[in-house]
Amino acid sequence: MTVQSRAHGFNVLWLQSGGCGGCTMSLLCAEAPDLLTTLDFAGIRLLWHPSLSEETGTEAVELLGAVARGDIRLDALCVEGALLRGPNGTGRFHVLAGTGRPTIEWVRDLAAVAEHVVAVGTCAAYGGVTAAGANPADACGLQYDGRREGGALGAAFRSRSGLPVINIAGCPTHPNWITETLMLLSAGLLGADDLDAYRRPRFYADHLVHHGCPRNEYYEYKASAEKLSDLGCMMEHLGCLGTQAHADCNTRPWNGEGSCTRGGYACINCTAPEFEEPGHPYLATPKIAGIPVGLPTDMPKAWFIALSSLAKAATPERLRRNAVSDHVVMPPTVRDIKRR
Amino acid sequence: MRDASAKDGTARLIVGPFNRVEGDLEVRLEVADGAVRAAFVSSPLFRGFERILEGRDPFDALVIAPRICGICSVSQSQAAALALAQWQGLAPTANGRIATNLLVAAENVADHLTHFHLFFMPDFARAAYADRPWFAAAEARFKAGRGTSARRLIEARATLMHVLGLLAGRWPHTLAIQPGGVTRRAEPRDQMRLLATLGAVRATLEQTLYGAPLERISALADPRELEAWRALGPDGDFRLFLEIAADLDLTHLGRAYDRFLSFGAYPGEEGPHYPAGTFADGVLGGVDEAAIAEDHTFARMEDRAAPHHPFAGSTIPDGFDETGYTWCKAPRLAGQPFETGALARQFMDGQPLARALVAAGGGNVFSRVIGRLIETARTLIAMEGWVRALEPAEPWCAHGTNPSEGRGAGLTEAARGALGHWMEVRNGRIARYQIIAPTTWNFSPRDAAGVPGPLEAALVGAPVQEGETTPLSVQHIVRSFDPCMVCTVH
Repeated sequence: MTVQSRAHGFNVLWLQSGGCGGCTMSLLCAEAPDLLTTLDFAGIRLLWHPSLSEETGTEAVELLGAVARGDIRLDALCVEGALLRGPNGTGRFHVLAGTGRPTIEWVRDLAAVAEHVVAVGTCAAYGGVTAAGANPADACGLQYDGRREGGALGAAFRSRSGLPVINIAGCPTHPNWITETLMLLSAGLLGADDLDAYRRPRFYADHLVHHGCPRNEYYEYKASAEKLSDLGCMMEHLGCLGTQAHADCNTRPWNGEGSCTRGGYACINCTAPEFEEPGHPYLATPKIAGIPVGLPTDMPKAWFIALSSLAKAATPERLRRNAVSDHVVMPPTVRDIKRR
Repeated sequence: MRDASAKDGTARLIVGPFNRVEGDLEVRLEVADGAVRAAFVSSPLFRGFERILEGRDPFDALVIAPRICGICSVSQSQAAALALAQWQGLAPTANGRIATNLLVAAENVADHLTHFHLFFMPDFARAAYADRPWFAAAEARFKAGRGTSARRLIEARATLMHVLGLLAGRWPHTLAIQPGGVTRRAEPRDQMRLLATLGAVRATLEQTLYGAPLERISALADPRELEAWRALGPDGDFRLFLEIAADLDLTHLGRAYDRFLSFGAYPGEEGPHYPAGTFADGVLGGVDEAAIAEDHTFARMEDRAAPHHPFAGSTIPDGFDETGYTWCKAPRLAGQPFETGALARQFMDGQPLARALVAAGGGNVFSRVIGRLIETARTLIAMEGWVRALEPAEPWCAHGTNPSEGRGAGLTEAARGALGHWMEVRNGRIARYQIIAPTTWNFSPRDAAGVPGPLEAALVGAPVQEGETTPLSVQHIVRSFDPCMVCTVH
């Protein structure tokens, strides 16, 4: 497939509903090039964005109306934040200011005229933290309600392109997940096969957070951190789900050179539906007979147990000690490789 | 939206969606004789984070609470960590405290830059101002999504966030801030990298925003100096703002009650870097935390009978409530509404220009923005000192025990003002969690006595031009508070 040129530009309308605005704030952290340069280069035009546009009040309402009527072509509708159905199915927990109408109704109208519909962040994709606990706002995603298809637009929804809602899940999303998705859509290079089982773009969801984690050596030898700020692997005791979480956080750094595990805390699998309700405290690993319940993706349980006990028996002293310290107390031995 | 005029000549305007604020906002105005006669501020989004937190492990607050808000998530983390620390009876390590200050400060400085360059100034690049002498410059620098200064500051902001990437993994929604400190130590090489990052941000601010060293901004003491700067000062966004403010008389726009509140920011060994305090009726005072209460009369919330201290408060939405016009509660201190934010912090700290501007014209559109710009410079200078004060070889995170019963309050400052978390633990689980965010103070509705919140008061008298449906004066006033609506209702 070749990259299609779009002389007319690629029109994006961005709405926020039951979320925190964090995916937009993260998007502004795009670098090399910065966000506006990236969008300009790709011919992506923001028709309206709640943080970045001039139009307020009446001007904004008129613009939304023109898009909904089809007077302005809508290439991608981006929704950030969960869709709120409460109270009692009225949607009135989020009324689009100045319109008297629930945002969920606006989203349904706009999705109907959009070439593509993009859920930005786990809230918009699956409900996310807004749907946690007793879910007081009756929050759901655009096309999922937790793990189940459905959500605000219904399981059968397809945008004009024929694609279902594209779920750029993450809490928040990495800025490049968004820009690259929009650029691929604009170039005509993102199809149904490029989405995974939860309809996340595979370019980042076919990776695991574990890949590239600087604690991998500790993982290999099951040299585990016992408390936050320790250097060891956080899977055994501190709830880390990096071996099961779909994202490229450790091979595509955040804010310069960061990631959750590089920052010293567990991956909580924020790109997954229902990460908001792990069923246990986030920073604790549930175990049965001392074995973590959640095993690395694609790992047979018997092998995991066998390899773990072998690895633990073989843990080098260096890793055993460093794993429970907040700094390297025993550096790797310097050896003359030629004289080995 | 404009309703037909009422009999007495009062027109009703409903202004929304109010963008270039964080979250959702609608303002209802009653307009007569070319000015706002009354304003009713509404937060039209309810999510219910306080309820979501109930029943969970107390440490889950460090995951859930930051996700209230993507623009001040680190402040929410810090408030949650402080509440947990009080519940645990735990003091953070010195490194943990300083590193946390760096993380919060990076977010606060980024917030001030976002506010000034992306949220507030683009209004002066609107076609409605095309006849003003400064318009061409304002359009070139601040046009939404295109202005040269706006673009440069988006880049500088992304660079500043490397402080978070390096020390806290990422931004927003880090888990690095814990009751006992932080989860990642900084090595000496990290200190060098942090200094380089802050140096790059300093360079952009000095070149683009201020046109002068940060120290010179920090030392501003007298409104006459601002006047001289406007006439002859170094070129930069700051000078352009002074010119616009003088032409549009922004010192006479958006005055509220001149009652200020700060919980104190950036804890240190001998108290916070910017101190806690109140200022009301011309008198400075301390913060009596026990005198804080939330009134639900005009919030669509149950428990309307009497105001509650947050340790006794509730968040039960009443979707059928006809009296309420917002999901935002009305916090009061000793029964009175208070304004909070950068101006309040700088005022409490005794920064001379902040004191002089408040003495001259109270809290208004001009003094709020100047308060933010002074604080940006002062905070960046403080951050450079904090990086040098880190001691890599010393401990970074203390660990405590978790009582099955108890409670804790975490009081801090987000960019836009006083932020408090109040948590009660029973049987090892969160039994009650109440939050009062800065915008809840600033954008509160009326209380049982009918007293409007600070923004509602500040909007009274705002000029409305013939035919305006979204009055520019109202936009300037609203945005001068740097509202964070998602925090307001949580």
